[in-house]
Amino acid sequence: MLRIHNGLIYDPANAVNGEAGDVIIHDGVIVSGAGLSEKQKRDMETIDASGCAVLPGGVEIHSHIAGAKVNNGRILCPEEHRSHVSARTSLTRAGCGLCVPTTFRTGYLYSKLGYTTIFEAAVPPLEARHAHEELMDMPLLDKGCYTVMGNNHLVMQVLKDPDRAARKERLRELASWLLRASRGYAVKVVNPGGVEDWKWNAGAADLDTPTPPFGVTPRQIVTALAEAADELKLPHSMHLHCNHLGEPGNLETTLATMRALEGRRVHYTHLQFHSYDKTKKGGFRSGAARIAEYFNKHPEFTCDVGQIVFGPTLTMTSDAPMEFKLFQMRKGKWASGDIEMESGSGIVPISYAPKILVNAIQWSVGLELMLLINDPWRIFLTTDHPNAGPFTAYPEIIKLLMDADYRMSWLEKLHPRVRRATGLFEITREYTLEEIAIITRSGPARALGLAAKGHLGAGADADVAVYRLDQDRRAMFSRPVYVLKGGAVVVRDGEIVDTPNGRTLCVDPEGGRSLPQDLAETFDGFYTVKMANYMVEDEYLERPEVVPCG
Amino acid sequence: MGTLSGLLVTVRTARQGAEMVSDKHGAPYIEEISTLRIHQDDLAELGLEDGGKAALASEHGEIRVFCKAAETPRGLFFLPLGPVANVLFSVHSAKESGVPNWKGIEVTVTGGEGPDKPSGPGQRGES
Amino acid sequence: MTTHDNVVCTFCGCLCDDLEVDVEDNAIKAVRKACLIGKNKIMNALSHAPAIRVNGREASLGAAVEEAARILGEAKNPLVYGMSSTTSEAQREMVDIAEMIRANLDNPSSYCHGPGVLARQQAGLVTCTLGEAKNRADLVIYWGCNPVEAHMRHLTRYSLQPKGLYTPEGRKDRKVVAIDIRQTPTTKRADLFLQVTPGHTFEIASVLRALVNGLEPEFQDGREEVAGVPMESWRRVVEMIKACKYGVLFFGLGVTQCRNTDINVEQVSRLVQDANKHVRFSALAMRGHGNVNGCNQVMTWQTGFPLAVNFSRGFPRHNPGEYSVVPMLARQEVDAALIVATDPGAHLPADAVRFLKTIPVIHLDPHENLTTPWATVVIPVAPVGVAAAGTFYRMDNVPLRVKKMVESPHPSDEDVLKAIKEKIRHVAHT
Repeated sequence: MLRIHNGLIYDPANAVNGEAGDVIIHDGVIVSGAGLSEKQKRDMETIDASGCAVLPGGVEIHSHIAGAKVNNGRILCPEEHRSHVSARTSLTRAGCGLCVPTTFRTGYLYSKLGYTTIFEAAVPPLEARHAHEELMDMPLLDKGCYTVMGNNHLVMQVLKDPDRAARKERLRELASWLLRASRGYAVKVVNPGGVEDWKWNAGAADLDTPTPPFGVTPRQIVTALAEAADELKLPHSMHLHCNHLGEPGNLETTLATMRALEGRRVHYTHLQFHSYDKTKKGGFRSGAARIAEYFNKHPEFTCDVGQIVFGPTLTMTSDAPMEFKLFQMRKGKWASGDIEMESGSGIVPISYAPKILVNAIQWSVGLELMLLINDPWRIFLTTDHPNAGPFTAYPEIIKLLMDADYRMSWLEKLHPRVRRATGLFEITREYTLEEIAIITRSGPARALGLAAKGHLGAGADADVAVYRLDQDRRAMFSRPVYVLKGGAVVVRDGEIVDTPNGRTLCVDPEGGRSLPQDLAETFDGFYTVKMANYMVEDEYLERPEVVPCG
Repeated sequence: MGTLSGLLVTVRTARQGAEMVSDKHGAPYIEEISTLRIHQDDLAELGLEDGGKAALASEHGEIRVFCKAAETPRGLFFLPLGPVANVLFSVHSAKESGVPNWKGIEVTVTGGEGPDKPSGPGQRGES
Repeated sequence: MTTHDNVVCTFCGCLCDDLEVDVEDNAIKAVRKACLIGKNKIMNALSHAPAIRVNGREASLGAAVEEAARILGEAKNPLVYGMSSTTSEAQREMVDIAEMIRANLDNPSSYCHGPGVLARQQAGLVTCTLGEAKNRADLVIYWGCNPVEAHMRHLTRYSLQPKGLYTPEGRKDRKVVAIDIRQTPTTKRADLFLQVTPGHTFEIASVLRALVNGLEPEFQDGREEVAGVPMESWRRVVEMIKACKYGVLFFGLGVTQCRNTDINVEQVSRLVQDANKHVRFSALAMRGHGNVNGCNQVMTWQTGFPLAVNFSRGFPRHNPGEYSVVPMLARQEVDAALIVATDPGAHLPADAVRFLKTIPVIHLDPHENLTTPWATVVIPVAPVGVAAAGTFYRMDNVPLRVKKMVESPHPSDEDVLKAIKEKIRHVAHT
C-alpha cells in the first residue's frame, strides 16, 4: 500500500475541495482509509504531499496525437523537430517535436503535466490500425480513439432509407459495427457531409446542404448519429466538430446545429473555432457571448474549448476542405488525404500572432467561452492539440483563467482593435483550483463516462497528480512533484522515473456483429480491402479495458 | 563489331520480379538481369543480332550482357535492376539527396565481347 | 488441406488482400488470384532458407544472436538498415536497437522513393487512398512508372479497369495519360502517351503548373517543346486535368530518381496542389517493397523523420544525403551493420557492397540472397505474411495485417531482433 500524505485534496467529483488528507493506494486502485489505524498508515510507503495540491490525473478529451494524419504532420515539419529534442536515457526513448511530438515523447510530455488518460480525436476506421500502433508506442497513458462517421458512405446509405424505424435500427447497428471494426471509443463527426462534398469539389456544407449523391443533409447525419450514440448508451456522447469551422459568422451554423440536437447528449469540440460572429463588412468578431448564453441553458451539452496558443503550430483535421481553404490563404505547405468511403484529412502549418487581429480575437473567444460558460462540468480545457496550439501550453492557459490581472496584462500585447471585437476584457471571473480540477480531469472523465477516472474516491484508478502550491499557477501546473499512473510513481519533481504502458480504452456496445446484406455488398464492391482485413484485430489493443455502456 | 555511347536506365521487368522472389541464385534470374533492352537500329550499328552479346562499360565498371531488341529510343539502354547493373554504378555517383544516378548513367556498348554465358553476380572481379 | 482466404500479399506496395492460399502438411500447395510475382513469392516462401552462420561457419541461434549483440555493442558508428520487407512490429524493434547503440538508421527508400518523401517535407502532398482512384478517378496519369511489370494488379484492382462507385463503366469512364521515356506495357494502355527525353521531370512539371495557372511559357528559341514533346500535347494534358472531376497521378522511380530527385517531386506535388484550384486531384507514389512505406511511417512516429537518421548524440538527427545509406557507405565511416529484410548485395552499387564486405555485417533474411554468402552473421527468419504475422502499410498508407499460415523452423525478424536487443542490454549492464 502507498499513501499520499497531508496534501490538500481537490476531488470535485466527491465534493472534496482543498481539504488536507491522505490518498491511499492498493494494487493500482484508490482505497478507503476509513478502516485503517494510524499505525498502519504510518507504516505504509508514504509520499509527503505537504504544501501540495493533490488532484486526479489529467484527462485529455480531444487531442491529435496518433495515426495517419498526425504522422503526416510529423513528416511535413522536420524543422519543428530540430529545435525540440530528447535524448535516450536508461528509462526513456529518444524523440523530438513539440506540436507533433514523436509517440514516446508525447507520452512523456503529457505525463510531465500530470495527465494520465488521453483520447485521439479522429480516426477513420480504414486507418485505425495505424492509430492503435502509434498508441502502443505512447507510454504512461491510458488511451482510446474516436471513430469518424460523419462522412461515411455506409452511414449515408442507411440514412437514405425512407422507413424511419428501420433507419434508426440500422444506423444503431452500423455505428456499433464501425466502433468494433476500428476499436474506437466514441462516435466522432467532423464537418458532417462537408468532407464528402469536397470530394465533388463542392463548396462548404450548411446544415441543410444535401450531400451528393445521397441527398442526405448534415442535419440528418448529426441528429441520427447523436441518437444512435444515445441508444447504444455509449459512455461518451457523439463528439461533434460542426460545419464551417473557422469562418466569420459561423456561430449561426453552430447555434442551428445545437438547436437541432436539443435534448440529446452531445459534445461540441473545439467550440472556440465555431463561435465567431461577423461584422457588417464580413469581418471577424467574437460570438462567444451568444454561444455561451445559449449553451448555459442546455445541460445536455458539453464542450471543449480549443484555446488558441500564440506561436507556430500545425493545423490537422479530418476537415480536409477547411485545410484547403487555409492553404489558399497561406500558400505554404499543404498535405491532404482523401480516404475512400469514409473521410479525408488535411494539414497546414500556421502561426498565431497576438498582433494579428483575427488571431487575437480567436484567442479571446476561447477565454471568453471558458469564462462565460458558467458550469465547469460542461466545458473542458483543450487546445485541440496541435490545431490551436500544443497541449504543453495548458499551464499558461490555467494562469490566464485563474489570474484576471495577468489576463488583463495581455491587452497591450494584442492587436489594438481586439477590445472592440470581443468582450473578454470586461470579464473579471477567476477560476478556482477546484474549477481547474474540473475542467482538466473530473469534467472530461464524467463526459467520457469513465467511472474510475477523474476522481480520488475508493475504487478509482490510482492516477494522481501532485502539484506544489504556488501563486504562479503556470509554474505550479508546469511541473508536478509527483505523478502516479495506476499506483506507480512515474514522475518525480517533473522528471520521468518509470515508464509503464497504459491500457486501451474501448467499448462493447450492443449489436453490430456484422453488416446487413446491402451494406456488405457496398463494402465488397467499393472498398479496396476485404472486410475481413478491415476489422482491427486484438493484437492492436494494449491491455484492453472495456468501459461499460449504459 | 561497333561501339555506341548512350545512357543506361535501370528498370523493373516482370520477369526480373518474378524470378527474384523465386531464387536469386537461379539461372533465369541471372539471365534476366543480364538482358539489355536496346533499339533495333542500335543493335544493327553494333553489328549484333537480336540476342547477341555485348560489353557494357561505365566509368565505374564493365559487365557482359545479352542484347534484346525493344521499342526503346535510340541511344537509351535499359537493364533490369540488380547486381549485374550495379557494377556500373557507384556510391560516388549519388547526388545531394543520396540517390545514385540509376536513371541515367553514361555507358558505352561494345558488340560481341561477351563470354559464352553472361556473368552472374558471384563471378564478378570483386576484391 | 486448409484454404486461407483474404490473404495479404507482401511483395509490393499494392498489398493485394484477396489471395487464396492452400496449405497442406505445413506446405503451400497453391496460390490463387495473386500476380505472377506474388504467387512465386508465396510458393517459394519456405525454400532456400540459409543456415545460421557466423563467419561462414554454421552456428546455433544463440551463438549467432550473441555474436550479433557483441558486434553491435562494440561498434563505434554502426549502421542499422533495411526493414522494407518486414513488419512494422520488427521495424519498431530496429529503431529501438538503433537508438540503443547510437547508430545511423536508414531504409531503402533513401535511394528509391525517398526523394518523394523529402518533397513531402518541403511542400506536402495531396493524396488519396487507392479506393478513391477506383471509385472516382476519371483521369489517371502514370508518370515514370510501369505498374504492368512492377505492380501487376494495380491496373485491375485500383487504377485503370475497376468499376467503382462513380466509375461504373471501369476503363471506359477514365481518360488515361502516360508520361515516360520509352514505350512500356503500361504506356500502351494509355489514351495519350507522351514520350519524353530523359532528365526533364522538373521542366515538365513546371510547364504543366504554368498552364494550369493560366500562364503561357515563352520560348526564346522558338521551339515550342518541352522534354522533346510539343507544347500542344502539354496543353492537351492540362485541358484533360481541368476537365476531369477527380484526377489521380501515379508517379514512380522515373520521377523520383530522375536528375534533381526531390525537387522533381516537389514540383509535381505543387502541380497537384495547383490543380485542386480547378478540380479535385491527388498524387500517389508507386511504392515498391511491400512495407517500405511502413519504414517511413514507423521511423517518423518514433524518430520524427522518415529516413536518414543518426543517433550518435542520443537524439534523432536527420540529414538526407549525409545519413542516407549510399553516401554513408561512400564515406566508409560505418564500422558494423545490422541489415534486415533487404538485400544490399542485390540492390546497392557494387562498390557499396565491396565496402560492406570489409566490416562485420549481421543479416536477417528468409532466403539465401546476394548478401547471405558474405555476411558475418546470417540468421534465417520466418517469411512474413506466410510464417509470421504483423502489420504492413500499403502505398497509400492503409495498414493491413499480414498472416501466418504455416510454421517456419525459424523465428520471426521481430523475435530475433528482440533477442539481440535484450542481449545488447544485458552486455551493457554487465
